[in-house]
Amino acid sequence: MTAGEPRAHEFEFTVNGERKTIRAFPMERLLDVLRETLGLTGTKEGCGEGECGACAVLMNGALVNSCLIPACEASGSEIVTIEGLEADPRVRALQESFIERGGAQCGICTPGMIIASVYLLNKIRQPSLDQIREALSGNFCRCTGYMQIFEAVAEAARRMERS
Amino acid sequence: MRANIVGASAPRKEGRDKVTGRARYVDDISMPGMWYGATVRSTIPRGQIRKINFGSEIPWDEFVIVTATDVPGENHISLIGNDQPCLAREMVNHPEEPILLLAHPDRHALPRAIHAISIEYERLPAVFTIEDSEKRSEIIWGADNLFKEYWIRKGELDGIWERAAYIVEGEYFTGAQEQLYIEPNGMIASFDSVDGVTVWGSLQCPYYVHKALMALCNLPEDKVRVVQTETGGAFGGKEEYPSMLAAHATLLAIKSGRPVKMIYDRAEDMAATTKRHPSRTRHRTAIAADGKILGGEIDFTIDGGAYLTLSPVVLSRGTIHAGGPYYWPCVRVHGKAIATNTPPHGAFRGFGAPQSLFAIERHMDRIAEAVGLAPDEIRRRNFLRPGQTTITEQVIREEINLDALLGRALDLSHYHEKRKCFAADNAHAQKKKGMGVASFFHGAGFTGSGEHYLASVVALEGCADGRVRVLVSSTEFGQGTNTVLCQVAAEALRIPYDDVEIAQPDTHNVPNSGPTVASRTAMVVGNLIASAARGLIQTLKAARALGEDYTPEEFRAACRAYVGEHGELRSVSQYQQPNDIFWDDRAFRGEAYATYSWAVYVAEVEVDMRTYSASIQDFVALQEVGKVLNPVLAQGQIAGGVAQGIGFALYEKVEWREGRMQNSQMTNYIIPTSADLPPIRVFFEEQGTVHGAFGAKGIGELPMDGPAPAVVNAIADALKFPFNHVPLMPEDIFEAIAGTPANAACAPEPVTSR
Repeated sequence: MTAGEPRAHEFEFTVNGERKTIRAFPMERLLDVLRETLGLTGTKEGCGEGECGACAVLMNGALVNSCLIPACEASGSEIVTIEGLEADPRVRALQESFIERGGAQCGICTPGMIIASVYLLNKIRQPSLDQIREALSGNFCRCTGYMQIFEAVAEAARRMERS
Repeated sequence: MRANIVGASAPRKEGRDKVTGRARYVDDISMPGMWYGATVRSTIPRGQIRKINFGSEIPWDEFVIVTATDVPGENHISLIGNDQPCLAREMVNHPEEPILLLAHPDRHALPRAIHAISIEYERLPAVFTIEDSEKRSEIIWGADNLFKEYWIRKGELDGIWERAAYIVEGEYFTGAQEQLYIEPNGMIASFDSVDGVTVWGSLQCPYYVHKALMALCNLPEDKVRVVQTETGGAFGGKEEYPSMLAAHATLLAIKSGRPVKMIYDRAEDMAATTKRHPSRTRHRTAIAADGKILGGEIDFTIDGGAYLTLSPVVLSRGTIHAGGPYYWPCVRVHGKAIATNTPPHGAFRGFGAPQSLFAIERHMDRIAEAVGLAPDEIRRRNFLRPGQTTITEQVIREEINLDALLGRALDLSHYHEKRKCFAADNAHAQKKKGMGVASFFHGAGFTGSGEHYLASVVALEGCADGRVRVLVSSTEFGQGTNTVLCQVAAEALRIPYDDVEIAQPDTHNVPNSGPTVASRTAMVVGNLIASAARGLIQTLKAARALGEDYTPEEFRAACRAYVGEHGELRSVSQYQQPNDIFWDDRAFRGEAYATYSWAVYVAEVEVDMRTYSASIQDFVALQEVGKVLNPVLAQGQIAGGVAQGIGFALYEKVEWREGRMQNSQMTNYIIPTSADLPPIRVFFEEQGTVHGAFGAKGIGELPMDGPAPAVVNAIADALKFPFNHVPLMPEDIFEAIAGTPANAACAPEPVTSR
């Protein structure tokens, strides 16, 4: 190996509640660490430049595009991916309303869309339509025209309120 | 028992896997010993390949390198013609044309290797526009740069120009548009000498890929297997291109002896794969004093890019739709597809119709203005009515009432009140508002005799557990194939929806039910499934396994018993064209489509005179698509199509330089986001048709046709300027308005009053 070439390091972080130690290059994308090293393929790559939101995950509770986060920055953090949300009954309610209302078509944006919706609903329990629009504007969907996604999120918020 | 599942919003079959992230797309699949592939592409639009240099800094012995000489069979992508090479050998005809393929066990090693390869060319002159291609000063394809032309000749034009009270001419343009499915193209291929080639990938048409690989590898049918993985959007963009990518992955798999995965990154996908054909349409129309069309001439030209691919078929649909949903006593339509040195343009939802319908719908507004009628009134006076003929002389046999459709759309959008109000307020407003209407139709299924030649086959299989499996090559890519076809089967078999499942499209297991394109799946394939279902019931009844009336449990028991006794329960159905369908391919005359879907869309638009950006305030989409099989899915199809149509109208501009897309990123190719779109209000009418499963017609492409003309008509209404192209960007509006002397915002095209 020539001098100056990047070397893999050990990184520790929590993914979906489990402590993980992995080897990665410091600038390796969190997206690749999740998908390739940890096999968590629910997080998708749509553009690789932080525009489309298909790779969205929660990092220390914040909504981030994992294609823009280098492994070294994720070190020590708590990451939640779509796979880590299934146990949460509120998230299941959201997923059900996505199915019922037509919020998922081809499905490639859906995990990111669910993550962004969870992030919104954690902050604002009963978001207005404008708040939903704004909160999802970093997540591209080419199939639905968004109307049914808005409905799904609003419906989920109502259900969560009732339960 | 009656299932009543058709017409209900059955939940999406694969919905749970999608919302939980469990659905497996091609890039989610990994195979033992798998390598990764990449493509070395041309950097020039046209020229001879002189020399390929491999930089010394790369350990090339670690790589597998494939060139055109490695193709075992025919070095072309088989589709309509054989002009497109799988890998360029001596000559390149567009930027981003594939020349070399590389594979390596570590995908991170590939970008550097590609960078280390330089190719020397002898450049040849290239053409980039319809106009330059038509001049033929440089011949870049065939003898005349002409891929295909069609003529439609209905009636005689003699005397119409003399009889006309008005002659209205116009020229209209539409730009290229990227499909921008969120999952880029991807494919995995493996090869062994016993089983042959297997590919898994993101694709619409398994049997197109199958055909292409047989020719490429010189292998028999049973040695090529194509499996569709979950597909993250397609919109036509995965109709023909996956054959190319599958061919590349296959060549690398054969040479390396490893499974090879190729996933395009976004920039490669956008720059190298197909887009909507740019178009130019010229209209010259003779109009009577009462606003009725006497006849006219239409010239419709599309830019096909460097190779034939699907351009003849895109052209035929665009040509047939060029007259809009209006009655033309006589007309001449000349459609042509020409060659340029850009990557081939291809299938994209609507397939030529959004281009020619944009032109006629803008033109109708200009005719209205010339005659002094309102845009809705000019349409009302010219609508096709049952018993009248289309421009291909197809008699409208269905009971479509476009007047009623228009009236309802105008009411839903408060068209008249708003238009009046805006006309009063606009003069001094900082934000000028306008209303735009588009009325249009879309033929369902393949054009003309296409369905006859496809002769699609479907099968239903009764399983040992008593459930039924649908076996088709029709693919799911978001639009709802899995769900709707299972609903049709359940309804026809009179069993619960949950007792029907659909097989993964795999050419080893499913018959060829045709490509998943052309708004044909619900109508044509759905109908075949209903027919196969009747066959399945007959078989069970003939075997005395099933009575006249049965419960779901009795049906399951009958299936189990039959499979137990005979080993297999299968019912197959094949498309047969009804005897009364007449189509003349040469004269382009007759029943162009089995049936049409009809729609009226209304856009309310506001233009900010400080920024010149247009924003849509409200959008009404009303359509007649026959029986709505699944209301939630149907609404989603329409709203999604409208959003793409709004993108086509206002946002999505491909910046070309020397035949290459310059803005091949989501950062600079802008699609509408959740924050940009208006409320899209979707409504259906069911006026009924004899075609299709339980009366369903095509729905997938229709919503792509109307938004662009409705939006531009609304902007033209707000600003009183005859805009004639899409995408209509703020800078175009600025140039038109700021560049026009006050009160001189007149039509640049001639309107002759006689």
